Amino acid sequence: MLLIPCPYCGVRPELEFSYGGQAHIARPQTSASAEEWAAFQYERVNTRGPHAERWRHTHGCGRFFNVVRDTTTDQILRSYRSGER
Amino acid sequence: MSGPWRSASGGSSIDRSRPVRFEFDGRPYQGFAGDTLASALLANGVHLVGRSFKYHRPRGIMAAGPEDPNALVTVRRDAARYTPNLNAAQVELYEGLMAESQNRWPSLHFDVGRINDYLSRFLPSGFYYKTFMWPRKAWHGFYEPRIRAAAGLGRAPSEPDPDTYGQRFAHCEVLVIGAGPAGLTEALAAARTGVRVIVCDEQVPPPRTSPADSAGEWHDIRAQLAVMPNVTVLARTTAFGYMPHNMVALTERLTDHLSAPPKHVPRERLWQVRAREVVLATGAIERPLVFPGNDLPGVMLAGAARTYLGRYGVLPGARVAILTANDEAYRAAVELRAAGVEVVALADLRPQVMGRLPEAARQAGMTIRTGTTTVGTRGDQHVTALGLCAIGADGTVSGAVDWIGCDTVLMSGGFTPSVHLFSQSRGKLTWDASLQVFVPGAAAENCRCVGACAGEMGADSGGSWLGALPRPEGPATGKSFVDWQNDVTAADLDLAVREGFRSIEHIKRYTTTGMATDQGKTSNLNALAIAAQRLRRAIPEVGLTTFRMPYLPVGFGGLAGYARGELFAPVRKTPMYDWAAERGAVFEPVSLWQRARYFPQPGEDMHQAVARECCNVRRACGMFDASTLGKIEVVGPDAVEFMNRMYVNNWSTLAVGRCRYGILLRDDGFVYDDGVVARTAADRFHVTTTTGGAPRVLAMMEDYLQTEWPDLKVWLTSTTEQWAVIAVQGPKARAVIELLVEDVDLANAALPHMSVARGRVCGVPALVFRVSFTGELGYEINVPADYGADVWRAVWQAGQAHGICAYGTEAMHVLRAEKGYVIVGQDTDGTVTADDAGLSWAVGKSKPDFLGLASLRRAALVDPNRKQLVGLLTSDPNVVLEEGSQITATASLRPPMKVIGHVTSSYYSAVLGRSIALALVSAGRSRMGQTLYVPTRTGESSVTVTNPVSYDPKGERLNG
Amino acid sequence: MAEIALRRPPSPGAGSYWRPLPPCARYALRVNLVDAAAAAGSALPVATAACRASVQGDWAALWLGPDEQLLIGPEPAGAAFADAVASALQGVSHSVVDVSHRQGAIEITGPHAAALVNAGCPLDLDLAATPAGFCSRTVFAKAEIVLWRRGNEHFHLEIWRSFMPYLAAFLSEVERELPGQGGSRGA
Repeated sequence: MLLIPCPYCGVRPELEFSYGGQAHIARPQTSASAEEWAAFQYERVNTRGPHAERWRHTHGCGRFFNVVRDTTTDQILRSYRSGER
Repeated sequence: MSGPWRSASGGSSIDRSRPVRFEFDGRPYQGFAGDTLASALLANGVHLVGRSFKYHRPRGIMAAGPEDPNALVTVRRDAARYTPNLNAAQVELYEGLMAESQNRWPSLHFDVGRINDYLSRFLPSGFYYKTFMWPRKAWHGFYEPRIRAAAGLGRAPSEPDPDTYGQRFAHCEVLVIGAGPAGLTEALAAARTGVRVIVCDEQVPPPRTSPADSAGEWHDIRAQLAVMPNVTVLARTTAFGYMPHNMVALTERLTDHLSAPPKHVPRERLWQVRAREVVLATGAIERPLVFPGNDLPGVMLAGAARTYLGRYGVLPGARVAILTANDEAYRAAVELRAAGVEVVALADLRPQVMGRLPEAARQAGMTIRTGTTTVGTRGDQHVTALGLCAIGADGTVSGAVDWIGCDTVLMSGGFTPSVHLFSQSRGKLTWDASLQVFVPGAAAENCRCVGACAGEMGADSGGSWLGALPRPEGPATGKSFVDWQNDVTAADLDLAVREGFRSIEHIKRYTTTGMATDQGKTSNLNALAIAAQRLRRAIPEVGLTTFRMPYLPVGFGGLAGYARGELFAPVRKTPMYDWAAERGAVFEPVSLWQRARYFPQPGEDMHQAVARECCNVRRACGMFDASTLGKIEVVGPDAVEFMNRMYVNNWSTLAVGRCRYGILLRDDGFVYDDGVVARTAADRFHVTTTTGGAPRVLAMMEDYLQTEWPDLKVWLTSTTEQWAVIAVQGPKARAVIELLVEDVDLANAALPHMSVARGRVCGVPALVFRVSFTGELGYEINVPADYGADVWRAVWQAGQAHGICAYGTEAMHVLRAEKGYVIVGQDTDGTVTADDAGLSWAVGKSKPDFLGLASLRRAALVDPNRKQLVGLLTSDPNVVLEEGSQITATASLRPPMKVIGHVTSSYYSAVLGRSIALALVSAGRSRMGQTLYVPTRTGESSVTVTNPVSYDPKGERLNG
Repeated sequence: MAEIALRRPPSPGAGSYWRPLPPCARYALRVNLVDAAAAAGSALPVATAACRASVQGDWAALWLGPDEQLLIGPEPAGAAFADAVASALQGVSHSVVDVSHRQGAIEITGPHAAALVNAGCPLDLDLAATPAGFCSRTVFAKAEIVLWRRGNEHFHLEIWRSFMPYLAAFLSEVERELPGQGGSRGA
């Protein structure tokens, strides 16, 4: 039961959030190759350690944002808004 | 006198003026208020309380706390309030308590299952895996049911649980777990800084004596904490799970100790506590010694005997033999003798004993046999003798055995810190070579361990023994138990290593040591020491197994909390629910909604009701509650562009006031949702979704809008529950509503099929849609939801003159299937493209981008052999295929056969006088007119492939 | 002509410490607050601080997100108010959607108000964490709510109309445990 720092609302319990998968995967242009589209849709890393991932404060401000979480300890290293790095 | 085995005085927890009657296995006994079931049984001389898990050996009370592995009993209030596997040392006595022993048949004293013990050389570790392998089929049908009947602990109650259970979320700066001296000290220090403190302890009242308690100091601290407003003290409360980010789950037992629990008080309350800092003051657990026959009733931990004497005034026996490797046991020797118990032997495994406590024993006149081990016990259902034997200077045991007659054996192998919660929090354990135990190391959470839990054992607690005791060469005379609860012996661990297991995790699984309710509280370290010795490796190299939640068993009721009955999940009802219920509608759950499925008239079954409703709609008209459909208001200057990117359709060409059937794909090209979309202004769309899809479609829209296209000026708002939606469908639909509608011209020319207008209905603002999911002339009246019930009644009244009926979701399904309209999630399953579903006409092919466009170019998604939606007509018109049935191209084949598709929708159409079906069939559209086969429960049906639209293929009825 | 339809909100009953509030007008305002402030300045009745409500006269603006406000006020003046907001935001991309009937409100008051809320809501209700004026979308057991703390012992819960009976039944169940309800102890 994580405590997740929402960049807009502050630290909130995990119950208010939904997970959005790996962060920083850009949607390709329509003209991109089939390989690029396959990578966009199906290829994800399985990081052991700090992992950039998306969360949405679904039952809160509704915003998607990014979190770096250490997958070995569940400790959250930082959170930042969509579009930021 | 409540029990013959009471001391003349003393017992800090009991009230000798208040006798309490109770039953054990149907026999009446008496104890005192403040007793536990275990102390009261011992006071009555009852030591045999259960049979062991595998061998059905007689077992007694070994400990005085949650670590006891044996004394598991069932407490019964009535048929429904029947709780198995309670620890007798934790069951507080109340007037009329009824407890039963477990795992015995026909009785505790004569148990047939004991035969397993005599056959035990045929029942080694892994016996089930080795023996019941052949024939394979027999496992499920024969072996497993019998093994399960013979094994297991306790029985589940036969009736639904009538008690209630509560839950709370709580926050504090400091959570102290354990209200012993260390915990109380920490709690007071924290509380004095003014921060919020929660202190919990399994017991109540918190113990007034403890091994370190010499004065009333702790009692004073408790009194101080009790009146501080920033402190919450939770008694009878077990911390059982330590989750990430300092979330600790506690279970508070509110009524189990009461003779007549008040009705309004929940039996348990689950606390989910979020603490800035957690202080673990969970203490340490005394380790038993591993020697033959160490499980006989009468063999007990030395500290447990002190607790029973000091707290409950209970004498464990009259003639006590003590074997220890730890100085604390000498306190028991001195105190028991002072209470009049004869200490017949006082033996220590260590060659020299010099501590303060042994010295006190010597000064009290007792002789200590140092360098002494045991060859085992004697006795059948209770210990009668302990065989002592000297350990030679070289560590071997060879001398004569001195059999000491006794009725109690007390043992102590030292103390193991209770690091369960610390370990659950992913804290690292480190090996303390001087204490010979694992102690908390680096913490993973903001958490501190204090007191014995941290390895602070006190100056007088020296000495420990790990693993099996030394004994003479040659075969043992009995089993040396390591894990009492799982009947795991030292020999089982030896066997596991001999058979090649090297990892302690594998040894645990093979032997089952450390599993089940006690999670190895008394056994882990001895098991590890034995394994390490056999593996010829150091204990820290072998490592510990993982401590798992829960620390103690927690009932399902306590975990469920309020979430049962009507509170199990929200039951969503539309504004028209009451009207439908009053008319006897049968409801069905659709996601969390309760939707009217059909409206049976007297004497009708579902089939007849649905047939009548369908015919009524096509002949006259019907009304249908469509309020559950998801609705999203899409607003902004870029609304058209946004809709063009989300949905497959071309929205640029949709005029204001018109509607279009929209299809939403995921980026993988498969259909995700569908629904009618109305353009209500140049910059505004009213989007409808499926009932179940409403939240996920809005979430997906927000996702793309926020993260892929943040440049688009578009705003989304859910209006699902803002509107009540009344569908009026059928040739008389216009006639029904025209008297209720103001400011909207309902004429075909003014409001043609697939259009929308704002107006008033029954005097309230409304959106009137001209849409149809039946193929008939149809309207959907949207009014603000609180008006829904009145407007529905008005439509019903107006419709009486036109023969209107109310129809439910079942008729809706049949009517749309007659028209070949798909239902996303029924005719599609997440692997169906728009083209597969026959919807490629809706795709705006000239658009530069929309969700799924790139994927639609993939070879696999344009394969002509993909499954495509078709209609199926059975050769026998009365046969209604089962939805989900498989379809083959060839008749009368035995499995395995090549499956080319499956039935997605199937109904009897009363209007057509025959069955109809929709199916996904490989290359289906090229098979029109072909005969295919559908295996059924009784044989198979031949079917003809047809167009999915089986009623009014030209769509003429849409215009009334 | 048919009879005029009447507003019939869900009627979930009431408890000792909670009661449903009468119907009112509600608007979901979606606008980037930075844009809005630049265009309309203080003329706009919105809450600018995160997770805080702003009350001006009859109307309250609840900050739900950096681009989302819930406006609550008396029903008769609703449409005029919505028009005023829209005209104040002329030229700024925004959306005002009537959600008056989408949800209802339950008020919880009294010394056990926080305990009642914490039976289903995981937020820290210490005044340091959630002072009066705090508001946020959050969860209550298996339902989504908007929690608005109007005073130390006064909570206003917004909930979608079909979830109202669930919330009410939940509060009734919890209330039975509280002192003054025949209960022996609080929480």
